Amino acid sequence: MLKILRDSDFLAKLFKDMLKIRLFENKVVELYSNGIMPGLAHLYIGEEAVAVGVCNALSEQDYVTSTHRGHGHVIARGADLNKMMAEILGRRTGYCKGKGGSMHIIDMTKGLLGANGIVAAGIPIATGAGYSAKYRKTKQVSVVFFGDAASNHGNFHESINMAAAWKLPVIYVCENNLYGISVDIRKVTNTENIADRACAYNIPGQIVDGNDVVAVFEIAQKAVERARQGLGPTLIECKTYRWKGHHLADPGTIYRAEKERKEWIQKCPIKNFKERMIKNNTFSEKEIIIFENEIKELIDNATEFALNSSYPEKSEAYEDIYFSAKEEEVYL
Amino acid sequence: MREITYAQAISEAIDEEMRRDEKVIMFGEDIGIKGGNFGQTQGLYEKYGEWRIKDTPISENSFVGLALGAALTGLRPIVEIMYSDFLVVAGDQIFNQLAKIRYMSGGQTKVPLTLCTTIGMGRSTAAQHSQSLHALVSHVPGLKVVMPSNATEAKGLLKTAIRDDNPVIFFEHRMEFNQKHNVPEGEILIPFGKANIVKEGKDITVVGIAREVSNSLKASERLVKEGIDIEIIDLRTIVPMDRKTIINSVKKTGKLLIVDEGHERCGVAAEIGMDIIKNVFFDLDLPIERICTKNVPIPFSPILEEEIMPTEDKIYHRVKRMMRRDNIG
Ligand SMILES: Cc1ncc(C[n+]2csc(CCOP(=O)(O)OP(=O)(O)O)c2C)c(N)n1
Ligand SMILES: [Mg+2]
Repeated sequence: MLKILRDSDFLAKLFKDMLKIRLFENKVVELYSNGIMPGLAHLYIGEEAVAVGVCNALSEQDYVTSTHRGHGHVIARGADLNKMMAEILGRRTGYCKGKGGSMHIIDMTKGLLGANGIVAAGIPIATGAGYSAKYRKTKQVSVVFFGDAASNHGNFHESINMAAAWKLPVIYVCENNLYGISVDIRKVTNTENIADRACAYNIPGQIVDGNDVVAVFEIAQKAVERARQGLGPTLIECKTYRWKGHHLADPGTIYRAEKERKEWIQKCPIKNFKERMIKNNTFSEKEIIIFENEIKELIDNATEFALNSSYPEKSEAYEDIYFSAKEEEVYL
Repeated sequence: MREITYAQAISEAIDEEMRRDEKVIMFGEDIGIKGGNFGQTQGLYEKYGEWRIKDTPISENSFVGLALGAALTGLRPIVEIMYSDFLVVAGDQIFNQLAKIRYMSGGQTKVPLTLCTTIGMGRSTAAQHSQSLHALVSHVPGLKVVMPSNATEAKGLLKTAIRDDNPVIFFEHRMEFNQKHNVPEGEILIPFGKANIVKEGKDITVVGIAREVSNSLKASERLVKEGIDIEIIDLRTIVPMDRKTIINSVKKTGKLLIVDEGHERCGVAAEIGMDIIKNVFFDLDLPIERICTKNVPIPFSPILEEEIMPTEDKIYHRVKRMMRRDNIG
């Protein structure tokens, strides 16, 4: 076992990161249901172990690109919850000053090159960040999260092909939650595992229980190591499940069996990790409650911050199009 | 003054910028040993090696995304799409990613990226290798769009593009690559958003885009002999657009003809016309006119190709008609 997995502070961080995502998403549901949140969001509930396991294997300088279902990756990367919540509510204090919303959160200070509204679009972008790291000889690695459905997009194949040919330090993390909106991956794909596709590019392809944060961390750690050594990319397939519908307005029931959903809920990444920690005497129930209260407070504060923030000025619609602000009027 | 070709001018611009800044790298198909499909990167692979002049697989959308990832993380990439017809293959990365990431992120990012591609008819390459799709990218906010008209312009505008901290789409014309031009030695940087009056005149304002500038100049040589003195403006950049120079010229001449090799429908000429008319309506003697490519796919046979594209001859006759001199000569 990796030494760090005996460090209780590290284990506490894994737990708290997952819980942060869960409670953040629950709050998003509440704000949406109360009509406070504009637009939609794609919830990460049930998949927390993937983002948390992978992001905790990275260093601060590394790069990440994310998806439409991005809250989990952003939080696991250590983003500011206040700015996140404000963005999701369309406020000027948000990460993107209210111009991006749930699907477009970017935090350049954390190497987070963007969630993305276009399925699979982050795959080449992360690959380019890997190229750049290799060219600049910085030893940074680049991670891209994407769904099972995204693995049928040309970007997946084109990008992994380039990363493999040029041995780029990129880690391709597929979150296989079995569905792309309503379409069962098994109905549109003839390979049993997405990781099997790695052999077509002559790179390692690994399958991991995406609901086991420690397992995800360990496998990610190895891929990161390999990438930093200049040995090239790895494809990791995390088997997981989204508990909710595709987005806030989708009940997610007509295309999935209730039995299947219930079985996956039994495999809750947070509950399982918590039970294991208590059983191993890493934390007491009491300590867990303290963690939980700490996170609840963070989320409440973020919500309050967002709700107290003002909306952008109308004139801000015309800003941030081009670098070098004074030129902007020329382009309108 | 020395003469070099348009292709040489482009490779010189890239060479100078690469020498100046090691963050400049280039991705594209056949830009390495071959030196570019049209010779635009001749000699650069030998000089800068395979990590700076990177031959890519035929994966347009992904290698444009690759360049974007590099641009976001401290490099200053040039990325080449062999024909503008293939821009649409990379459509998502161009339209939805490059153009928008700065805005969507509330100004957190900059994208110092130049995308070079080629346009133009004249070589019987038919409907998938001849289109001039600059209007398409001009439609999308967030990109700058550059249309050089000769070798000197190409060099000066490309160097400016490479140094720009925004995504720039740079359109090279395929009929120009072998054309020689007096290109001054040393640094040339041509600013964006400043149209160039290449010939002053009093009778008609002719706005040319890319190759249509030299076609207009050739037409003008014939027109001058018949006493018609046209003013020719090289637009240089579609985004940003220098409206002022056009407006001032039309106020003087009272007549405007726009010549563009893009397809006519919803094209750049329509945009210029609509944009200019509100400023010069009462100064106009005639309706604004345009010569563009007809709204058909580009045909193969030279006689058909010639039929649908703007030419020197068509400019000549249109100007004469606008001057009500079409019955003479
Ligand atoms: C290129 C593109 N096609 C379609 C969509 C619409 N869409 C949004 S999410 C999605 C499904 C994505 O599924 P997957 O990649 O498995 O991710 P998940 O939603 O399961 O996390 C689709 C089809 C899109 N946003 N972009
Ligand atoms: Mg999925």
